[in-house]
Amino acid sequence: MTPDDPIARYALRLGDDALIMGHRLSEWMSRAPFLEEDIALSNVALDFIGRARLFYQYAAQRVGGDTTEDTFAYSRDVRDFTNLLLCELPRGDFAFTICRQFLYDAFALPFTEALSGSSDPQLAAIGSKAVKESRYHLRRSKDWMLRLGDGTEESHQRCQRALDDLWLYTAEMFQSDPLLDDLIARGIAVDTPALHEAWLATVSETLATATLSVPDTDVEVVGGRDGIHTDDLGFLLAELQFMQRAYPGLQW
Amino acid sequence: MADQMQLYEVFVRSRRGLDHKHVGSLHADDSAQALEYARDVYTRRGEGVSIWVVASRDITASQESDCESFYDPLDDKPYRHAAMYELPEGVDSL
Repeated sequence: MTPDDPIARYALRLGDDALIMGHRLSEWMSRAPFLEEDIALSNVALDFIGRARLFYQYAAQRVGGDTTEDTFAYSRDVRDFTNLLLCELPRGDFAFTICRQFLYDAFALPFTEALSGSSDPQLAAIGSKAVKESRYHLRRSKDWMLRLGDGTEESHQRCQRALDDLWLYTAEMFQSDPLLDDLIARGIAVDTPALHEAWLATVSETLATATLSVPDTDVEVVGGRDGIHTDDLGFLLAELQFMQRAYPGLQW
Repeated sequence: MADQMQLYEVFVRSRRGLDHKHVGSLHADDSAQALEYARDVYTRRGEGVSIWVVASRDITASQESDCESFYDPLDDKPYRHAAMYELPEGVDSL
């Protein structure tokens, strides 16, 4: 189920990040703290699902045959998914969801900007479309970081706790591996290790304004890109894939 | 939570050259957040090119009890309506 074509594999990684992040956000539907935020979170969720479709469609096109975007979303097992662990962590409380979103959005904006300059025209096009969404996502999540961090004692504590829990998973965004190195050398993939410094600067600045501290730890949890996941992804996929597993090929 | 927040009225301009139209209201902590929610709640299908948000409490509105003094005196002044004019050729309505 994992294609040989390196560009298809790269597109799948990015599609997996988007699908899993979008699904986690969609879990807030009807459960957000108030109506307006419910709609806003759902909008962001839809942006990510839409992004996943574009990456999957491109991967399917490169793989050819009967493969479609649905094959990737609904027919792969947990070990075939190559999303970042950060994306799959359970949604937690509102502070956790917002902190995760902020840490990711601060990465996604420079990432999509760089992707729009990819030497692969299709990836570049997806990047250009996504960059506007990411700009808005970051504006939103940054705004919430300031409100929660510099809000009440309770919101500050929850936010700091979420950051401390999430920080271990951020290193994976900037991790390098042979597939990535090869595609970076060909100008196709985004040089993510090179984004780390700017990301840290953006994040540190916002956290300082929000009266939050940058967690002090060198521990890094990785594995998502190799299909080594937390238990939580299995449960997520069970829900996401149930219908197609129970009724293969079902349409509505 | 929503009951501690302020109510805002939202106005959206759908195209350049048109007026901002009142589209509804929403709750937010402050006007910056209201603007973001207005984008999410009222322009999801590409309805707008510009958004105004106004705190509802800043709006001074006429009351039902004002109707008599505000509008009734106009009932017997039909000459204020353009309907009395004969339309020039080529003009369908005024």
